[in-house]
Amino acid sequence: MAAVSGLVRRPLQQVSGLLKRRFHRTAPAALQVTVRDAINQGMDEELERDEKVFLLGEEVAQYDGAYKVSRGLWKKYGDKRIIDTPISEMGFAGIAVGAAMAGLRPICEFMTFNFSMQAIDQVINSAAKTYYMSAGLQSVPIVFRGPNGASAGVAAQHSQCFAAWYGHCPGLKVVSPWNSEDAKGLIKSAIRDNNPVVVLENELMYGVPFELPAEAQSKDFLIPIGKAKIERQGTHITVVAHSRPVGHCLEAATVLSKEGVECEVINLRTIRPMDIETIEASVMKTNHLVTVEGGWPQFGVGAEICARIMEGPAFNFLDAPAVRVTGADVPMPYAKILEDNSIPQVKDIIFAIKKTLNI
Amino acid sequence: MRKMLAAVSRVLSGAAQKPASRVLVASRNFANDATFEIKKCDLHRLEEGPPVTTVLTREDGLKYYRMMQTVRRMELKADQLYKQKIIRGFCHLCDGQSFPPLTQEACCVGLEAGINPTDHLITAYRAHGFTFTRGLSVREILAELTGRRGGCAKGKGGSMHMYAKNFYGGNGIVGAQVPLGAGIALACKYNGKDEVCLTLYGDGAANQGQIFEAYNMAALWKLPCIFICENNRYGMGTSVERAAASTDYYKRGDFIPGLRVDGMDILCVREATRFAAAYCRSGKGPILMELQTYRYHGHSMSDPGVSYRTREEIQEVRSKSDPIMLLKDRMVNSNLASVEELKEIDVEVRKEIEDAAQFATADPEPPLEELGHHIYSSNPPFEVRGANQWIKFKSVS
Repeated sequence: MAAVSGLVRRPLQQVSGLLKRRFHRTAPAALQVTVRDAINQGMDEELERDEKVFLLGEEVAQYDGAYKVSRGLWKKYGDKRIIDTPISEMGFAGIAVGAAMAGLRPICEFMTFNFSMQAIDQVINSAAKTYYMSAGLQSVPIVFRGPNGASAGVAAQHSQCFAAWYGHCPGLKVVSPWNSEDAKGLIKSAIRDNNPVVVLENELMYGVPFELPAEAQSKDFLIPIGKAKIERQGTHITVVAHSRPVGHCLEAATVLSKEGVECEVINLRTIRPMDIETIEASVMKTNHLVTVEGGWPQFGVGAEICARIMEGPAFNFLDAPAVRVTGADVPMPYAKILEDNSIPQVKDIIFAIKKTLNI
Repeated sequence: MRKMLAAVSRVLSGAAQKPASRVLVASRNFANDATFEIKKCDLHRLEEGPPVTTVLTREDGLKYYRMMQTVRRMELKADQLYKQKIIRGFCHLCDGQSFPPLTQEACCVGLEAGINPTDHLITAYRAHGFTFTRGLSVREILAELTGRRGGCAKGKGGSMHMYAKNFYGGNGIVGAQVPLGAGIALACKYNGKDEVCLTLYGDGAANQGQIFEAYNMAALWKLPCIFICENNRYGMGTSVERAAASTDYYKRGDFIPGLRVDGMDILCVREATRFAAAYCRSGKGPILMELQTYRYHGHSMSDPGVSYRTREEIQEVRSKSDPIMLLKDRMVNSNLASVEELKEIDVEVRKEIEDAAQFATADPEPPLEELGHHIYSSNPPFEVRGANQWIKFKSVS
């Protein structure tokens, strides 16, 4: 009899154990997701959510994207929603803007933003200015996205950073994601935004994996456009960057931390409208400022930050002039040693920080 | 018969305080409609073209006449206001200047007659006529030209940036509107509602590269886009012969079928538009129409229009084809309307324009506080910088 009850008890214990396990709540694991996949997920979710959203550009459909960012989307959504265009930037950018004017929500991909120069009239004159010129009658809910800035060994015509050029224009919103969370949250916000949004991605970041926190895995995860993020708290100096250089700043901060210098690293996330308030609050705490960007120094993002800091409450808190770290003021050379020295390296950031702190 | 006439005249004289001539006019027997012969269109890659005869009803005839006169008078008034410096900047007019004016009214009225209000239209900067035919009032158009708050774009846009439902401007950059129009056509196809988009450009713009990019994609994707080249033979000061290696604009779409239309005859324009719209709606893809017109006036208000062509040339065209005269003659000769009736329309139109001009001159400019508005759509309010860091404007959507 005891043997029989033993036979029954064990399965029952196992079953109740199973039942316990089923109802036991665990936190969703943080996933490792590359920036590429984060953008892909973001677009996929928005394509699914709203049938007015569609993607067009060179090689976005059957090739899965020149950089594979749109992998799998054509297979899932078909010819109507994922459209391969001929090599006609000005033409297809204009077509995308027209479609947006007529109520659709296009994502217009430029294979790199260097090629957007051919279509820049459509971005600025047809998209950016129209809501204003029409006094609010005609909105243009369009996203222009693609890789921006330096890559590796692609030389001068394929390496320009357009943050300053697009950031200059009223009517546009311009975002520049760094990691996977940024990429996903910002592309989703951009697609849902009723305004023309330029999304400056980075080719060298596409393959980099980051931990995607739990809340970023939700289909409604959005990062607000116009809000910077403090990636690392610090007390001695404020370091502001956007896109790939954010990673370099964090590296520099790690090195300097060992020497007792604590950097506050701010990830701009949005170029326009710029979150100057976050920078000001930080500068008022640390009394020192270094800006870091990949683009050319003259008339750039750092120049704008410095000008605004001078005009605002934070100026009186500066113990030293604000300093900029930028790309070299040359067209991008090809040879590796030359290219490496044409973009801000970690050592250049550390040097600038130490100079500012006079150490 | 006499009883009927008496009854009609009693009703009419009781209905309103109309002059006696009105009663006489109303009691005349007008034809309900008449059939007219229209010029055959030159065809490119098309087996058949629009019909060579068309039926014009009295109702439509009166409507077209009124619309064309309104556009003409409105443009003449704009001309006047510009000379008085009440209108600033650019003023590209849709009409000719003096006597008799010869212009492009037949285009905007004829095109509108060939499509539905649910179809779409986009053009370049010579847009006042289209803004009217697409549904805005003369008042709000003139007030926009004078930069007042009652303007259709609240004074923010001016001559080249007027918008209405299914009318996408008003575009200042030559040629840029053509890919936009192809994009609107893409939306039409995407939405599956059988709508078409009329995408207009001039003979000058026809040499822009982006137009050929738009032709290619429209044909590839079979977009319901009617490309329309308004050929007035001059791109600013450059005659077509000096600008284009091929002046057969209706053939420039190459693989896109095309037709060349007499743009001075509103009925010709209407039939061609109907034909083209039907072609697009059937899913065959884009089609191209060249409307042959003549720009009697200069390129814009700053151009007298005689340094690059002879007065004899202008005189010759002037005396041969005025679209409004043409319609008037047809209607009167076919008993669709009487001369007096049309004259009355002239008087009413003149009054409408006068009232609109009064409004456009008296309405105040937009308030300075609104300078920053309409930067972004659907956005919470924010601040916009003025000329220095202390000047801030509020921006609401």
